[in-house]
Amino acid sequence: MPHDGRAERGAAVVGVSSDPRPFPPGEYPVVVVGSGPGGLQISYSLSRLGVRHALISADDAVGGMFRRWPFFQRLLSWTKPYVQFERTTREFERYDWNSLIADEPEHRGLITGTMDGSSNYPSRPEMERSLAGFAERTGIQVRFGCAWTATRRDGDRFVLETSDGEYRCQAAVFAVGVAEPWRPAMPGIELAAHYAETRPVDTYASRRVFLIGKENSAFELATGFLPWARQLILASPSPTKLSITTNSLLGVRARYVQPYEDHVIGGGGVVLLNASIEAIERNGEGFRVRTRQSDGAGQLVFEVDDVIAATGFTAPIRDLPGLGVATVGRNKLPAQTGLWESASVPGIYFGGTIHQASPGLRKHGMPSNSGGVNGHRYNGRILARHIARTHFGIAPERAVLRPGEVIPLLLHELTNGPELWHQKAYLARVFAPDGSGGIVDHGVSPLGFFLDRGGADAIAATIEENAQGSIYPCLYLRRGGEVTEHVLPPNALHDFRTAENERALAELVRPLVG
Amino acid sequence: MAATEEEVVDTLASLAIFADLSRPELEHIAHELDEQYFPQDQRVLRQGLSGSALYIILEGEAAAVASGERVNTLARGDFFGEISVLLGEPPTADVVAIRPLRCLVLAGDQLERFLIEHPRVSYRILQSEARKLRNATRRKS
Repeated sequence: MPHDGRAERGAAVVGVSSDPRPFPPGEYPVVVVGSGPGGLQISYSLSRLGVRHALISADDAVGGMFRRWPFFQRLLSWTKPYVQFERTTREFERYDWNSLIADEPEHRGLITGTMDGSSNYPSRPEMERSLAGFAERTGIQVRFGCAWTATRRDGDRFVLETSDGEYRCQAAVFAVGVAEPWRPAMPGIELAAHYAETRPVDTYASRRVFLIGKENSAFELATGFLPWARQLILASPSPTKLSITTNSLLGVRARYVQPYEDHVIGGGGVVLLNASIEAIERNGEGFRVRTRQSDGAGQLVFEVDDVIAATGFTAPIRDLPGLGVATVGRNKLPAQTGLWESASVPGIYFGGTIHQASPGLRKHGMPSNSGGVNGHRYNGRILARHIARTHFGIAPERAVLRPGEVIPLLLHELTNGPELWHQKAYLARVFAPDGSGGIVDHGVSPLGFFLDRGGADAIAATIEENAQGSIYPCLYLRRGGEVTEHVLPPNALHDFRTAENERALAELVRPLVG
Repeated sequence: MAATEEEVVDTLASLAIFADLSRPELEHIAHELDEQYFPQDQRVLRQGLSGSALYIILEGEAAAVASGERVNTLARGDFFGEISVLLGEPPTADVVAIRPLRCLVLAGDQLERFLIEHPRVSYRILQSEARKLRNATRRKS
C-alpha cells in the first residue's frame, strides 16, 4: 500500500487464498520481479507514487546477490559515515554508495547503522541487513518463493508464469540481477570452476591457481588467495585496466590492486598475462592450460592445480529473447532505451544492475555507474516516475521557481547533488520556463533522453569527467529545438559555487526567463 | 541476438578494416571494444557534443544527418565518428539508426593508442578515408 494516503491507480483482480504471502497470482498494473536492491528501490518508488504493483521473488528473503556475494564477503563500494552532511540528508548520498534512497529523511543512509566501523567498505552481511532494514522500515512487501518461469503476451498484457501461478500486467519490470555465472566459449571451459563455485579459501593452500579473467571478480579472488595460493596466474586477451588510471570505474578497483602490484614489481606470486586461452585439459589431478599471447610472442602452457573462470555473470532473463527482447554484449544483457525499457519490446522494463546495459552517452568513454547500487538506485526512482506517468497518467507536481532561485539551486546541485555525482553525464537536473515567468524544476532525468527527445526550451545540468581525470559541470541549453553544450571549468575542490560560474549560468539561463 | 565472443571474432575477421589481423589480435580487439545496440531512430552521434567515439557497424543501418538532411547511409562494416575523434572536435552531423543497429564502440580517448597498436587497422582506415575523399572529389567535379 502507498504510505502517503494517495489512492492507488489501477484495479487489481486477486483471488482468495489462505496463503499469508502478499500478491497472489492475478492481474496487477505492474509486476516487479526480484528482491535485490533494484527490485526494492523500484517497488519503494512505485509505492510512493501510488502505483499498485506486485513484487515477486524466487528467493526467501531480500538482498539479491548480496545474500551470497562478493565471495570474500566485503563490498568494493564505500560508505563514509562521517562527512559534512548528516545521514538523513539527500546530500549524504554522495558519500554513501550502498543505501537505497528514500524520500523520508529517517530512511536515508541506513547502511551506516549496520556498519561496525572496521572498514568504509561494508561487509556483505552488513549490506544484506541494510537492505532488509530498508524493506522493513518502508513497508515494502515481497511475495517470496515465487519463481518467474516463463513469459508471454496476451493482447496488451504481459503474462508472467510463476511457480505460484500466472500474473498479468500492463508493464513488467525485471530486476533479476546480473548474477548468473557466464562462461565464454573456449575448448575445455567446462573443466573450469566458475567464480560462483569457488571453494573455501583454505582449500587452495599451496596450490597453483589459474584465473581466467582480469576484471574485478578475478582480482577479488586473487586478493583473497594471496595468503594461500602458491602461484596465481590471471589471463585474458587484453591488458589489465585499473580504475585509478582510467579515472573511472572502468577497470579493477583500488581495493583489489595488490595482486597487480605483486606482478609489476616481480613479487613472484602473481602473473598477469595478456593471452587468449586456447584449451583447458585434464592433467592428472590438475589441469594443463594452453594460452596464446596477444602480442604474438607465442604459446605458453601452464600446469596448475585449479582453474577458475572469473569471467563474469549474465542476467537470468529466461525466455524474454523469445518474446523479442534484444540482447547486447558478450554476456547478453537486455538492450535498453535510455529509460530502461527493452529496446525492442515496449512495456518490458529492467531494474537494478541490469541497467548497465543502458550505457547512455559514455562521453569521453566514461561509463555510468548503473551497474552499482549508487547508480541504479537513481535510475529506479526515475523509472518508477516514467512508468507512473506513461502507463497510469500519474505525474507528480513539480516545483515552480522564481528566476532568481534557479542559479543558486543549480550551483548547489552541481556541487552537492548526489544524482549528478554518481551518474556523471548520465543523469541531469532539468529546468524549463513555465511560460508565465516561472521556471519549472523537472527534477532528474536521463541526459540522453533530454538531448534526443526534443521539445520546448529548457536547460539540463550535469557533472562530467574525461579520461584525463578532470571533473567539471556541463550544461545543455535547448532553444528552438537546437541543443548547445556549455562546459564550465573544473574546480580543485569540486566546489562549483564560484562567481565565475554564477556569471556563466546567468548568461545561459537568461534566454529562458526572458 | 547478441553474439558470443567467438562470433564477434568471426564477425571482426569479416570486416575490411580488421581483415589483416591474426586471431589472437582479433580476440584482443573483441575484448577491447564494447558492443552497443541502438533501436531504430535512436541517435548514435550527436552533432555539436564533445566526447564522442569511433563506431563500427556490426549489423543494421544508420544515416548521417546534417542540418536535417540525410547526407550518407552507413551499413555493416562501415565506421563513423573517426573524424570528430581524430580532430578533437565535436561531430558536424548526427548519426541516427534507421534500422536497429549493433555497433562496436571505441572511446575517442582510446583511438590514438589503438591505431598505434594495430598499424594494419590504421592502414585500412586510411584506405577507407582515401576512398571517401576520392568519391567526394568526384561528386564535386
